[in-house]
Amino acid sequence: MPVSIVPIASPSIHVRDLRKVYVVSQMEAGASAALRGLLRRRKTEVAAVDGISFAIAPGEIVGFLGPNGAGKTTTLKMLSGLLHPTSGEVDVLGFVPWQRQPAFLRQVTLVMGQRNQLIWDIPAVHTFELNRVIYRIPLEDYRRTMSELTELLDLGTLLNKPVRNLSLGERMKCEIAAALLHRPQVVFLDEPTIGLDVTMQRRIRAFIAEYNRRFAATVLLTSHYMADVESLCRRVVIIHRGHLLYDGELASLLQQFTSHKTIVVQLGDCTADMNKYGEVVSCEDGRFVLRVPKAETARVTERVLADLPVIDLLVEDPPIEEVIERVFAQEGP
Amino acid sequence: MTGFVRLYVQQFRTTLATMFQYRASLFIWMIGQVLEPVVYLVVWSTVSRNQGGSVGSFSTTEFASYYIVLMLVNQVTYTWIMYEMEYRIRQGMLSIALLKPVHPIHSDIADNVSSKLITLPVMLVIAAGLGLFFRAAIAPPLWAILLVLPALFLAFLVRFLLEWALAQAAFWTTRVGAINQLYFVLMLFLSGQIAPLALLPGPVQALATALPFRWLVGFPIELILGRLTLGEALIGLGAQAGWLVASLLLVRVIWRAGLRVYSAVGA
Repeated sequence: MPVSIVPIASPSIHVRDLRKVYVVSQMEAGASAALRGLLRRRKTEVAAVDGISFAIAPGEIVGFLGPNGAGKTTTLKMLSGLLHPTSGEVDVLGFVPWQRQPAFLRQVTLVMGQRNQLIWDIPAVHTFELNRVIYRIPLEDYRRTMSELTELLDLGTLLNKPVRNLSLGERMKCEIAAALLHRPQVVFLDEPTIGLDVTMQRRIRAFIAEYNRRFAATVLLTSHYMADVESLCRRVVIIHRGHLLYDGELASLLQQFTSHKTIVVQLGDCTADMNKYGEVVSCEDGRFVLRVPKAETARVTERVLADLPVIDLLVEDPPIEEVIERVFAQEGP
Repeated sequence: MTGFVRLYVQQFRTTLATMFQYRASLFIWMIGQVLEPVVYLVVWSTVSRNQGGSVGSFSTTEFASYYIVLMLVNQVTYTWIMYEMEYRIRQGMLSIALLKPVHPIHSDIADNVSSKLITLPVMLVIAAGLGLFFRAAIAPPLWAILLVLPALFLAFLVRFLLEWALAQAAFWTTRVGAINQLYFVLMLFLSGQIAPLALLPGPVQALATALPFRWLVGFPIELILGRLTLGEALIGLGAQAGWLVASLLLVRVIWRAGLRVYSAVGA
């Protein structure tokens, strides 16, 4: 598979041969093994990220995909300065992230869908005010940003309710606002929509797009919701077991990895023998789902329409999840 | 520098807001702060009365003064950072702090000072009430009164920094509780809490003096009670200043080493 890395003149983020190896001490089951473990722990090395390279241009939104344990969060933590890599180079806005220079930290943010920075017992506005002084945001800028964020995220009355009384979605909106008050140029989002309902996901998605547009911010986003990725990211980087599997346009990924199309045929019942047209995935109430090779789609459609009393017929691309799954299954190009 | 002033002022507002969310638990916590020294006070007063009005160099009313002042000194210097740090590191909350362009110790100091400023007036009233009830009396010389503030400030800083440094053990082990416990037992005996240091055996006194413990609690109490000569007071301040430098270094070294572990292993 061709990995298309277009050379970027002055990237916001530049990653070269990044590796992170964790040393994990193994615990064995059983009392005698536990006793031995007291004296000497068996240690194994696990490469969470194993030599990945990519570059992201200023203002780009890139989807960072991979199954659980692929190394996405580890990579984001290295890019935002929380983790030292075992080897490799990272340049974010001209800084080495893990040196954690204040000038660097003032220009980036990391939103973790499962970690909170809001102070739990009091209204979110207190956390915002604290961030204002921590990031030394001039009062005017703070007010302007606050009113923009309030409008875009519809924060309104949420700011003055104790955080513990907010719903998960409301809290996430406030978390995102708190993380963006200092208007970072580089935004790392780790599962920002996790656990949210569809409406709230859509809202957060629209906000990320708008933030990127308004401030020309570079965004690197991980998500398990393909809808997030489809609507936000033209480009995706896919990793699996610490290795880079794909870096390029989402559209061409779909092109490359969809060898099949799905044809949905509505008939009166499920009695017809459809196996001669393609692989029958399912049939319910006369609604057949067929999987056919892409090249044969037109021919099969024609035959089905000619042969059978078709009530309705629909040709679809397989869902993006399925495509991505196929990429993982291939274990690399 | 003004940036830090703003940070401290804002943290004060935040701490105030948080404390007012939990007025009931704040009240219960204060009862605990008062009860502990009062228990010691009652025990020692009883012992003293049974021994004919004094134990060593302490009369019955001097015990009362000692423990009422101890209550205030403890209030000013005590921290809860060890529990806090363990919780933070376990919950991965440290990551959030590390993303901020300011060393997290500033928020901790500011939070600590703030909650003290908020509770201190109440504690002073309680101390005055206890003083009247137990007929405590203190008569420190003028120079001692002048030295009380720096002594208390240094005691607070050193105690805070030492405990902050110890709390970093959470980087290496998830069971900080044990270290915590050991520290509190040493603190109880060697800082002059369970008994005035002057009443403890010579070797214990020497140990308390050689280690930082005496300077964190016992020394400011002795100063306020007027039990020190000017020379002894100045030596005490010198010892505190020395421990301040040592604890600053300790914080620096342990924090860096801890961060290395944290950023190697992650959380």
